[in-house]
Amino acid sequence: MERAEVEAKLTDLLVDELGLDRDKITMEATFEEDLEVDSLGVVELLMALEDNFGVAIPDEEAERITTVGEAVTVVMEKLG
Amino acid sequence: MRNAVVTGWGKCVPPGVLSNADLETITDTSDEWITTRTGIEERRISHVETSDMAAVAGLRALAAAGLEPGDLDMILVATCTPDRLVPSAASLVQHKMGAEGAAAMDLNAACSGFIFGLVTAQQMIAAGGFDRIAVIGAEKLHYFIDFTDRSTSVLFGDGAGAVIVEASEEDGGVRSFDLGTDGSAADILCVPASGTEGAPTTDRRTVIQMEGPEVFRRAVAAMGDASTRVVEAAGLGLDDVDLLIPHQANIRIIDATARRLRLDPAKVFVNIASYGNTSAATIPIAIAEAVEQGRITPGANIVLAAFGGGLTWAAALLRWGARVEPLGESDADLPESHATGLELMQPNVDLYGKGI
Repeated sequence: MERAEVEAKLTDLLVDELGLDRDKITMEATFEEDLEVDSLGVVELLMALEDNFGVAIPDEEAERITTVGEAVTVVMEKLG
Repeated sequence: MRNAVVTGWGKCVPPGVLSNADLETITDTSDEWITTRTGIEERRISHVETSDMAAVAGLRALAAAGLEPGDLDMILVATCTPDRLVPSAASLVQHKMGAEGAAAMDLNAACSGFIFGLVTAQQMIAAGGFDRIAVIGAEKLHYFIDFTDRSTSVLFGDGAGAVIVEASEEDGGVRSFDLGTDGSAADILCVPASGTEGAPTTDRRTVIQMEGPEVFRRAVAAMGDASTRVVEAAGLGLDDVDLLIPHQANIRIIDATARRLRLDPAKVFVNIASYGNTSAATIPIAIAEAVEQGRITPGANIVLAAFGGGLTWAAALLRWGARVEPLGESDADLPESHATGLELMQPNVDLYGKGI
């Protein structure tokens, strides 16, 4: 999967599953500050990533994700 | 086929209300923090014991079914907060209901307990040994809450709900079920000290301890998957489901589970704002309210789904019978109390505020 494709799919997930405002989602946006995703929202995001991309993301790697772009990078790594 | 149809329903919630604003005065939290993360606005704090609430809910369910206490041959009480270690809460409930002809026992599968109990009752009736069973979920959880732990103190409340299950040739009752347990994850949601492992100390306390995010993740997956399995096992599709009554633990878990099932939010019953998580009592309270609100129609396909300490999970496809109007009304009630939720929480504040 190309990076642009993962970015598009992740953006759709954030809108559909977490109810985020599409206009606010950029690759630089931070989940906590810019998108106001709380701790449970991060858990929901991880579950959505696992379900939709078929990848498992361990907690220690999940803790390093702060921006949308970093989430894309982790998914890309997992997809190999 | 000897079916086990739900013919009566009732709830008993104690009058003492503890609001989010009340909690702000005893622990470091805020109404905004609680509502956005849990959907809970207030919960009830009981001035009586678990068996008192259970008996009143049971008597109300009996009246709705048009039965007398002497008609029952079994009382199953799902609870993880019984009045005493011995005897069971169910024994006390039997006496308080005046149902001396019924055998009575407790069943502990934590928040999944009511569905475990309902399936047990259905199996007992299907096997032919029993005809009329009261299945009651009742909890006095506030006794096991440390108000200084804001991750758990805001979540739980007290209450009871009950259904009467009767043997019938009528088409109805539990059509399929999925019960499961994962004891390897016992520690992520537990009350460590109160059994044979030892008495309370500063390390091992008689209070609910929970790893919130991990429970959240497992709850959504387990409730969603178990619901899918019971719908399939009943030979139905998700479009055939008229109402999902999920365990009311957290609105975010309920929403995520419904999304996972691609279920129309209008088909999901939610009352968590008023009561919080009453463990085994959430589903029977919700059933009683759903019938009262006309959300349950004759022959409705209802999915019940729960998740809790154990870890346990449970789902059942319950086909409702013909009765949606109660045959009678009970005058059973709790002893009067005008104490506020905050006043009833004061013993906890005094105890945990100093640290054990």
